[in-house]
Parts: sequence; structure tokens; C-alpha cells
Amino acid sequence: MGKLIVSLSPHAHGTDTVERNMYGVIIALMPALLVSFFFFGLGSVIVCLTSVAACVFFEWAINKYILKNERNTILDGSAALTGILLGMNLPSNLPIWIIIIGALFAIGVAKMTFGGLGNNLFNPALVGRCALLVAFPAQMTSWPLSGQLFSYTDAETGATPLALMQQAIKDGNVDLLSQLPDSFSLLFAMSTDGGAGAIGEICDLALIAGLVFMLWRKIITWHIPVSIIGTVFIFSGLLHLSNPIYADPTVVILSGGLMLGAIFMATDYVTSPMTPKGQIIYGVSIGLLTIIIRNWGAYPEGMSFAILIMNAFTPLINNYIKPKRFGEVPAKN
Amino acid sequence: MNIKTFSIGGIHPEENKLTHEVVTQVAALPKQATFPLSQHIGAPAKPVVQKGDKVKVGTMIAEAGGFVSAPIFSSVSGTVFKIDTAIDATGYRKPVIIINVEGDEWEENIDRSDKLETVEAHPDLTPEKIVESIKNAGVVGMGGACFPTFIKLTPPPTAKAECVIINAVECEPYITADFRLMMEKADEILIGLELLMMGAKVTTGYIGIETNKMPAIELLTKKCAEKFNGSKYHVEVVPLKQRYPQGGEKQLVDAVIQRQVPAPPAIPVNVGAIVQNVGTAYAVYEAVMKHKPLFERYTTVTGKKIKNPGNFLVRMGTPMKDLIEACGGMPEGDNKLLAGGPMMGKALISIEVPICKGTNSVTVISDDEARRKEPQPCIRCAKCVGACPMGLEPYLLAKISEVQNWERAEQEDIVSCIECGSCQFTCPAHRPLLDNIRQGKSTVMGIIRSRAAAKK
Amino acid sequence: MIAVIVLGAIGLIAAVVLFAASKKFAVYEDPRIAQVGEVLPGANCGGCGFPGCSGMADALVKGADAGSLDGLFCPVGGAETMGKVADLLGMAIANSEPMVAVVRCNGTCEHRPRIAEYAGLRTCAAMHACGAGETACGFGCLGCGDCEAACQFDAIHVNLETGIPEVDEEKCTSCGACVKACPRNIIELRKKGPKGRRVFVSCVNKDKGAVSMKACKVSCIGCGKCEKECPFGAITVEANCSYIDFNKCRLCRKCVTVCPTKAIHDVNFPTPAPAPKPKEPAAPKADTVVKTEVPKVEEKPIEKPVETPKVEEKPVEAPVEQKPIETPKMEETPVETPKKEETPAETSVNEEKPVEAPKPPRGAFLDTESSISIK
Repeated sequence: MGKLIVSLSPHAHGTDTVERNMYGVIIALMPALLVSFFFFGLGSVIVCLTSVAACVFFEWAINKYILKNERNTILDGSAALTGILLGMNLPSNLPIWIIIIGALFAIGVAKMTFGGLGNNLFNPALVGRCALLVAFPAQMTSWPLSGQLFSYTDAETGATPLALMQQAIKDGNVDLLSQLPDSFSLLFAMSTDGGAGAIGEICDLALIAGLVFMLWRKIITWHIPVSIIGTVFIFSGLLHLSNPIYADPTVVILSGGLMLGAIFMATDYVTSPMTPKGQIIYGVSIGLLTIIIRNWGAYPEGMSFAILIMNAFTPLINNYIKPKRFGEVPAKN
Repeated sequence: MNIKTFSIGGIHPEENKLTHEVVTQVAALPKQATFPLSQHIGAPAKPVVQKGDKVKVGTMIAEAGGFVSAPIFSSVSGTVFKIDTAIDATGYRKPVIIINVEGDEWEENIDRSDKLETVEAHPDLTPEKIVESIKNAGVVGMGGACFPTFIKLTPPPTAKAECVIINAVECEPYITADFRLMMEKADEILIGLELLMMGAKVTTGYIGIETNKMPAIELLTKKCAEKFNGSKYHVEVVPLKQRYPQGGEKQLVDAVIQRQVPAPPAIPVNVGAIVQNVGTAYAVYEAVMKHKPLFERYTTVTGKKIKNPGNFLVRMGTPMKDLIEACGGMPEGDNKLLAGGPMMGKALISIEVPICKGTNSVTVISDDEARRKEPQPCIRCAKCVGACPMGLEPYLLAKISEVQNWERAEQEDIVSCIECGSCQFTCPAHRPLLDNIRQGKSTVMGIIRSRAAAKK
Repeated sequence: MIAVIVLGAIGLIAAVVLFAASKKFAVYEDPRIAQVGEVLPGANCGGCGFPGCSGMADALVKGADAGSLDGLFCPVGGAETMGKVADLLGMAIANSEPMVAVVRCNGTCEHRPRIAEYAGLRTCAAMHACGAGETACGFGCLGCGDCEAACQFDAIHVNLETGIPEVDEEKCTSCGACVKACPRNIIELRKKGPKGRRVFVSCVNKDKGAVSMKACKVSCIGCGKCEKECPFGAITVEANCSYIDFNKCRLCRKCVTVCPTKAIHDVNFPTPAPAPKPKEPAAPKADTVVKTEVPKVEEKPIEKPVETPKVEEKPVEAPVEQKPIETPKMEETPVETPKKEETPAETSVNEEKPVEAPKPPRGAFLDTESSISIK
């Protein structure tokens, strides 16, 4: 008979692993990614692949040469996931060297300086994106039009729906809103005639399919996406009813990075609250901030800033919002 | 059928009820029986025999060592070999009484017949007599916790009992002892429940059973209706959703009567419920009606690589080695030997550890599943928060215990933890959450106790 | 220009306000506290029992006002620092012996075989709660390094080959952190001794001799030879384990010589302890192969300062014959000294010893004793 192995209970473990969750999110992103490749063509493929490669490379290099960890964490899927999400936030005509700087920011500054997986305070992909936005505003705000399959940095750019909406508010001009694609096209990305935006913003249906997949696999819970989208819908609906220069709520929730942010960026494990009540507060706040920045702020897209601001509040939310304890409810007969 | 369940958290481990259909066999008598003096919560028992004394089956060999304590009875007949120390389920050497087995002679006053003794046939039974019989027979909680039953039946004056809930949930994987007991001794169990209700002076009883034991639910529902319909007792069989830890006392009370027991030091009787394991109910029947003290129990011996897993009626004091050999021996390679199930069982460092009052299962986990994976950093996925049935935050409690911040641990209600293991089971990063929380919990409980003692 | 004047005025007003506030709301602190704080090492280790060096400074000044500095001692700074503090406060201070942490276990991987594999959280506290550990000795060192983690002076490290921690005497400040961290109370603060020499029993196993020998070859079996041999009454044997009172021990090392399992250790002596002398009624069983650690003992005993000389100068062969005789005596000794024989009452006495950690049986919601004894 061999040795007896001892440890404290429990002696069984479920099948869940970190890899299963990370790769599950990557699989959930696949439909959106493939649709984006179809619409944005070569540029998007290059941007996404570069982003993933750069993120994985930087994580490997920092782990090996600076932190000198014995176990390299690149295989747990989180670096690749950051790479894909970063890529999906970028315009498809961004030069490679800028992408690499973005990846360095995302992985090096936002993730590894805090201590690696599990310790970062801010969403790495969003930090990368915002750093690039501030450092290279011109390149980061020229959005290629969809449908140009074989162009990369030479793609033709145009106004995104969000830019149109902000213009309409600034000028007080309702007619600009009629140029917006209708919600049906936004949902199904039917318009190949020129809807512009970041790589991940083009097809909301694919993103929603990813959400359904993640809910089914129990990777995330419904609280954050539903509370963000719900808040944005209600708030923008109220604004629309009060003054027609504000766009229709269905168009608002389907345009820009809202779906991508609500489903994939805000639900990042490390930077979101740990309790359902906390998550709803988090989601509602992000929704409100997004609309405020979109309508009255300097940038047409408010999602990334809103999420980053709320990331800073997450520890506070975790501290004060506790789950309902068993036995707190007084005995009812 | 309305399926109830508890309100917060919970997980769904693999069932692995390998011995569901295996009829209980009577285990062979051992050559030497070892009786640890501490098989229950409270003070260890004090031996009343000496080396060389002759004992019969049912002879008291150790008396209760205090108020919260229980006597121990010999399960074999023979000669006391020595009073020594031996390794028990805690992993340490503890005082034991070792008896060399000779024959199988029982004490005369034990009724060994199969005749079903009903309460109606004994009109002289009073609640006080019942509690006294239970106390003298050394009956303790058979679900694993081993709390002396007679104390549970006499709640403090601040709490009033309203019902008795029989815990036949058996939510742990692998264990089927309670299921087989219900299938084979249903009538006796119901009489035991009646005795418990009489002893606690209540007229309402519930039997909670998980839905993976449908034959038992059907059998007991039928028998309950036959026995209790029209009587002064209201007894209901409550089917419960299959979820771990449904068998935890507090979760059971929450599911059956929708009342949540507050944080410690509150106990279920503070919300009116007295919870007893179904094995305890059977032991109560035997103690009161058959004058048989507690010395044998139903135990499952199981494991994926065990050749012939089975359920046994085994005399306490039998070394586990005998049972495992009867099932085909320990599997090849390194194994984990557990007293209990895989979620809350105790890993043993010796296969000679004896079966005690609370050993409801001997589980062998083989090589591939026995070792833990390397822990990774916490990814803050909050799955542990979702799994915790007590509404705690395991990631936070584990971290606080690791850095030894006991004040914060107390604030975060670490003493409410029932150590069920759901958090560690769920954690995708394989973090040893419960190991840390358990340490923190015992330290904080010590601090609270010394604070209370200093106040006096 | 206006901006400069305005800013200057604001600055001036702010300075006046701050000055007035610092005077009005000043908290008076005895200036001696700051002075004493300067002299103290500033490690904030808590070894004095106070929250950091500032807490200790506070207590020292209060003590000086009360008239005595008794009970206040900084283990890091030692007598030197306390002398300086006493001078500062105008007090005299009694000398206190330097102490050092001593690990009282010699159950290395060589002496104590592994019987199980532990697969859980690798801390001593967790392993202690799980059971006896990976060996058959439920009292011995678990080797996971809780003591190493607790030490703030880098003075104790687990030797990875032997599995037992080793104390660096130069760095140890006897703050007591490792003593508290060890769940089995194996580490003890003992007097460092003159020139760092000390004698101690390197075992805390309370099982009976036969049982503890099966678990570990160098365990104390409670035979009592040391107790009989000690001319100063410094040794007591309780619950099958010997203990040397460091206040009474005079470092004569007679106990080291007679211990049959070599459980008593002498540290920092220039030469090993002398070999045990042969007993005359010797039934020679010389074939037994025995490890001896005293081959070098023939010459040199003359220089030993504290040795009782001459009696121990014996040839090497004697120990070979000694050991086999002593071995059978180990089992008989419990009969000779009846107070050590196990009776049921005795066994239950063992239960009350604080070293044992009663582990509550598995199960939830129990009101039980703490299973981790933290002193």
C-alpha cells in the first residue's frame, strides 16, 4: 500500500479553473471578432493580432526578467484576453508601433505594476486605450469606415454615430440625427456602406451572443450588463423625451462601445465589485457617467472613462456593501 | 411536489452515490476493538473498567466526564486489554480503551428481537423517562457532529422548541448510510421520531430528504401517513432540492420552516427547531424501546477504486482496516482515507483508526483526485461569495486570517462560518480558502471566549 | 502687481493663523519621551510588549515617574540600551540575562521517517490542525516555517535538508515572536549562557518511550536517567519528557553523557561531552551496532572549564558495550520509577497538558476549545 495523503477538508474540487474562465470569455468574443474582421478587413486582423502578441510578449518578458517569477502566467489566458479587448477598442487603421505602446501600457503599467493578475485596480485594456487616446489623439479619433476589406493604415475614415450625436446636441440640430443608422442596422451590422467605429463596436448581435454564452457557462452574472444597459436606456430615454436633440434610446444603447463595454469590459473580474448589490450600484453609476460624458463631455465616447472612474470606486463598494448574511432576516412565522 | 431549498449560496458537487442500491451487511466482529474516550462534543468520558476486566456487549466501559458528555459502551464481549493512547480521527494519539474480542455475549437486558415496539404499547413513557434513557444510553448526534442528544432535547429556558426536524438529507457525496437506514428501518425511525417529539414536548415533526433519494421519500411519506394521520402529531416528509450543504443544520431549518438561525451563539432551538440526524432517531428508538445503548451504527465504505463498496452495520471500535479489507482492500498507490465524506470529512494518517459514534462513512479517494492543485492568485471572480451558504465573503475572510487581523475578522462575521467547504470547492484558482478561514475562526472564537471569561 | 500683494497677504494671514493654532491647540508631551525614543532601537518589534518604540518610551517615562523601571526591557537593544535609558531618566537598572530562542526538537528527516504526505496549505498552524503531521510524532516540528515567517530579524531559518529550524544566535533578539508562532510550543526562550553555552532537552514528545522511539530515533523516552544524574536538581521528567530548568543548570553536561537516545544537546562547548562510563555488572552484548558520537573524546578534556574532570577519561570501546545494556533498560525503567507508569488516571492527566491541542471532531457549528494554542 502506498502512502496516505492528508490535508484538511474539503477533499473534492469543482471543475472550474482560471483558464476555463479566461478562455471562455475569449470564445464569447469570437463571434464579434469574426464579424469585425469581415467588416473591417485586413486592418482589424493586423490590429488584433498585434495587440494579442504584444500583450502576451510583454507579460512573458516582465514575468521572466523583471519579476523573476518561477511560473510564467501567460498560459492562463488573461494576457491574451487583454490583448483582444484592447484590439477591439482601437480603430483598425492604427499603426503597429502605437499598438505596441498601448500593449505596454495595458500589461506593463496597468496590470504588472500592481502585482499581476488579481491585483490591478483598473481595467488593463481600458487603461491602454485611454493612454493611447491621450498620447495620440489624432490617430485614435480617426475611425475607418467599414467595408474596406484590404486597407490598413490607408483606410478612409468617417464620422461615427457617436460623433453625430454629440454634434447634434452641440448645435441643437435634430436633423443630424436622421443621418444615424437605425437600430436594426446597428444590431445586425447590416450597413456596409460606411458605419464607422472601433473594431469591436460594429455588431451588437454578436456581442449579445457572447453575453448569452458567458451567462450559460456561468462565467459572469447578469447584474453588471443589465444594470448598465438598463440605466443608459432609461436615462437616455428620459432625455430623448424631454428634448428631441437627444438620440433615441435604442440607438444610444446600440451605438459606440456601450455593448462591448457593458458585456466585456465592465464585467472584468478583478476590477468589478464582489457582491450582487455592489455590482448593480457599479453598473448604474457607469451608465449615468457614460451618458453624462457622451452628451455633455468633451469626448464622444464616455464608456471607457466611466468604467475607469468606477473601477476606482470598486474597493470602496466592496468595503461597504456586504452580502446579506444568513440569519440577519428576523425569524418569520 | 413542492421542492424547498435554502435561500443563500450552495454548490452542486458530483453525487458519486456508488452504494445506493447495496443492501446493508452486518460487518464481521474485529479481533480487537478500540474505543476512544472522546467520541463526542464535550468532556472526554472517564473509564470505569481496568485492564483484565471482562465485558459483554452493552457494558458501560466509560462514564460521562461532565454535564456535556456521554458514556461509552462496549460493542464487543471480551477482556479489556489495556487503557492506552492510540491515533484517532483527529490525527493525534488520544486515550483509548482496547478490548480483546472473545465471542459475542450481550448484556441480558438488551432486547435483541425484531419486534416493533410502539409507544402505544408503553403507556408509562414520559418525556423525562425518555430523555433519561437517551442520556444513559450515550446517544449522540450520529450525523458527524456527535453532540449529546439529551441536551438538545432540553433547551435552555430562553428558547422554546416548536418542532423536531429529522435530517435525512445526506448531502455529502458518496455517503449512503442514512438512505439505506431509511429503506430498511423506516418503522423504527418513525417511532424514534415520535419518541423525540415526546421528549421535546412538541407535536410537529418534519423529515427532510433530498430528491436524489426518491424511494425513501415515497416510502416514508406512505408510512408517515399511515402512522400519524389522525393522531395528535403533525408529521410531514419534506422533499428538498439536491444541493450542498442542504444537510447543514441551519440550512435545513431555513429550507423546512423558512426561519434563519441568527449568528452564533444562537442555535436552531432559538428559532424553535430541534434538528436530529435520522441515525440518531434510530438510536433513540433502540435506546428507549430495546434498552440498547449506542454501540453500533450504519456506515458506508466507498470510493471510486474500491472493489466492492458497501454499507455496513458495524460495531464501534472496529478498525477501519477490517472494513476496507472486507470491501477489497485499499487501492494501489497513494490514497486519501477519509472519515466522512469528501466535503467535510477528516483525512486520516492511519488505517487502524476505529469506527466511532460519528463515523458515517469511510471514503477512499485515490491518487488522481487526492492531491490539490497549485494555488494561483485570487482573480476576484466572486464565485466564492456566490457559493457561501452563510452569506459571507470567503476571499476576504481568508485574506484577513492570513494577515492575522483578528478584529476585522470578527467584524466580518467569521464565526458564522460553518466550514462546509463550498468556497474552496468553487474557487477556480484552487486557493486554500477554508484552511485559512478555519484558522481565523478558531482564533477569533478563542478571543471571544477569553473576553467573556475576563468580563466575569 | 495686485496679484503679488494679494498672494503675499494671504500667505501672511495663513502663517499667523497656523502659528496661533499650533500654540493654542498644542498637546503637551513630556520631552523625555522623545529623548528616550531616540535612544531606543526604533525597530517597533513589540518584543517589549508595548505598541512600538514610542509606546515603550511612554511606558519608560511613566515608570521612571512611578519610581521603578522593573519589568521594562527592550530585548533588541538589550542591557546596553536599557543602561542608556536609565541614565537619561536618572534611574538604575538591574541587569538581566541575555536570552535566545531554542528549538527543542531534533526530529530531522534522518531521525524521524515520514509516514504520510500532507497535501494542504503549507503552514505549521494548518498542518497542526490537520493532525500529527507527516510523521508519527504528534509533538514534533512540522518544518513549514511559521517561525521563520514570524521573525523580523532574519534570525531563524528552516534548514531544508533536516527540516528543522535553526537559530542564528547573533541575530536573535529573544523578542518571542517565533515562540508565539509555533503551534506546538517547541521553541523556548532560554538563557544564552556564558560564552553562549547551554544545555537543553531537544524533544517535547509526551508519548510513552516505546511509542516515541518508533516515531523518532532521538526522542526523549522519559527514562529519568538525566534526572537522577543531575547534581543540581535542574532536571524534571514529566509526562515522559525531560526538561532542564535553565536557571538551575550549571552546564556540567552529565545529563548529556547518560542520555540513551542523545536527546539532550549541548551547544557551543569546545569539545563534546564525555562518553558514558561503563557499568561494572555488564552483560556484554557487544554485537549490537550502535552509532556513537563520542569517538573524539580521548584527549583534551583537561581544558574544559566547567567539566568535572578525570572520571570521564575512558577509552572509546566502553560506549559500544554501554549502549546495548542501556537499550533494554529503557523499557524497564518505567517499572523502576513507578510514578511514570501509565494508569488510567495518569493518562487522563496527560489530557490536561496545554501542549496537546484537542482538535474538535469534524462537524459544524460547534462551541469547542480553540485548536490552535497561541500563547
